[in-house]
Amino acid sequence: MLINKSPDIRESEVTPESWYVRRREFLQVAGSTAVAVATGAAGPLFSGTDTAFAQNPAAQKLANLKKSPLSTDEKLNSYRDVTTYNNFYEFGLDKGDPAKYSGSLKPSPWNVVVEGQCAKPGSYNMEDIMKWFPLEERIYRMRCVEAWSMVIPWVGFPLADFVKRFEPTSKAKFVKFTTLVDTKQMPGQTEPALPWPYVEGLRMDEAMHPLAMLAVGLYGEVLPNQNGAPIRLVVPWKYGFKGVKSIVRVSFDEAQPMNTWQRMRADEYGFFANVNPAVDHPRWSQASERRIGEFFKRKTLPFNGYADQVASLYSGMDLRKFY
Amino acid sequence: MSQAQFIRRVIKPAVFLASLAPFGWLVYNAFFGDLGVNPVETITNQTGIWTLRFIVLTLALTPLRFVTGFNPLALFRRMLGLFAFFYGSLHFMTYFILDHSLEFSGVWEDVVKRPYITAGFTAFVLMIPLALTSTQGWIRRLGGKRWNLLHRLVYITALAAVLHYFWKVKLDTTNPLYYAALVAVLLGARVWQRARKAGAVARPAPVRREA
Repeated sequence: MLINKSPDIRESEVTPESWYVRRREFLQVAGSTAVAVATGAAGPLFSGTDTAFAQNPAAQKLANLKKSPLSTDEKLNSYRDVTTYNNFYEFGLDKGDPAKYSGSLKPSPWNVVVEGQCAKPGSYNMEDIMKWFPLEERIYRMRCVEAWSMVIPWVGFPLADFVKRFEPTSKAKFVKFTTLVDTKQMPGQTEPALPWPYVEGLRMDEAMHPLAMLAVGLYGEVLPNQNGAPIRLVVPWKYGFKGVKSIVRVSFDEAQPMNTWQRMRADEYGFFANVNPAVDHPRWSQASERRIGEFFKRKTLPFNGYADQVASLYSGMDLRKFY
Repeated sequence: MSQAQFIRRVIKPAVFLASLAPFGWLVYNAFFGDLGVNPVETITNQTGIWTLRFIVLTLALTPLRFVTGFNPLALFRRMLGLFAFFYGSLHFMTYFILDHSLEFSGVWEDVVKRPYITAGFTAFVLMIPLALTSTQGWIRRLGGKRWNLLHRLVYITALAAVLHYFWKVKLDTTNPLYYAALVAVLLGARVWQRARKAGAVARPAPVRREA
């Protein structure tokens, strides 16, 4: 009796699940883009104003937001700019990839583990975290290390309030943040593009600075997956890569954490990563930037324009050495 | 219609129009469509990659001719080379106008300081004399030998263009390495071809005796 009947098709001919799921998602996005173009929603390049895409009708709205005095009054980048052009290598290396492929991320239920040098470590549910602090809208400049920038209306709360809750001890000199690792939810992690998980950190005084925040939303809505749902770091005076996304772990450490990009290329990316037009990236200039939506480049400001508030954190430090 | 006529009247115009397609796509999308959230980046990347593609296509013709024995391929060398220069010029102008607001001092600072710009600028500048001397008149004026020698500058352009691409990417070097491999094969084919020719000549040559 023949038990081991060979299958009709070879294993190698079967399309892996992740591929056809991706293809479906791609077709969905492609379809909706085609509709958007056909209806003229995707404005021509030379139309002057880039009308914001309708925000996501399915997204949960965040009500009763406090307006923050820390906000800039610069012109906002559109919802489309903010949600379809960013780096989030967990979903692919192209800046359009996060919007296309982050549908597989499940931001709820979500737990954040707090550990290390603090009195109240534990695992905390995201639903509870959302209730701990009044949410506020903060409009910040975001300067990417790749020399482009945006103005983004984040929703969230001060990182300092979050940190204080866990009563860090005197040994806590740094805060380390870690992104989720899950190749099912984050298909880009099947590639060794970066050493996963993504890790970032701040010195304690940086974390306690009133400008540093944890964002849970943008444009008055719950954070879209591609922007780091459900919770991410925003440090407006530093390059964007410091803004670690989809955080699952916060650790109070004695030693300075090794952040991902420094681990990748220490000569190009440091721990501090303060926006600094005087210190170039080894391969390109940081003196100017392209604000998304503008044609010509504009000058980059020290500490991304937040020097008055944060420069004192680094007094006496050689910022060429500690880039 | 003879083969030569067919190539001249049908294939050449078709290749010409196809080579313009990437430019047409950019112009169409700039005015009627969508170049994405960062249009300047799209224009820069598209004109850059098409420059490299046309350099590779131009370099591919001679080895292809050698392998297939299909000599009419030589008829496309100038056209494809000039398209490489065309896209290279658009690429440079995008950088010059939109990144540096037409200030040459800024460009020069980049050229001196940043290896990827040094490489890209070298690749572009070396294409200028090739484009200028691409006419029949210039071939006559320079003489075939000197003209050929001059046009070997395209090898340096190809190497510099690949380096430019490789040094520019932040992380994912897959595509630059793919183009580097293509250029390596195409330049390697020339070395191999030359070695064979030299061998073919050297072997039957009579042994010279000193008097």
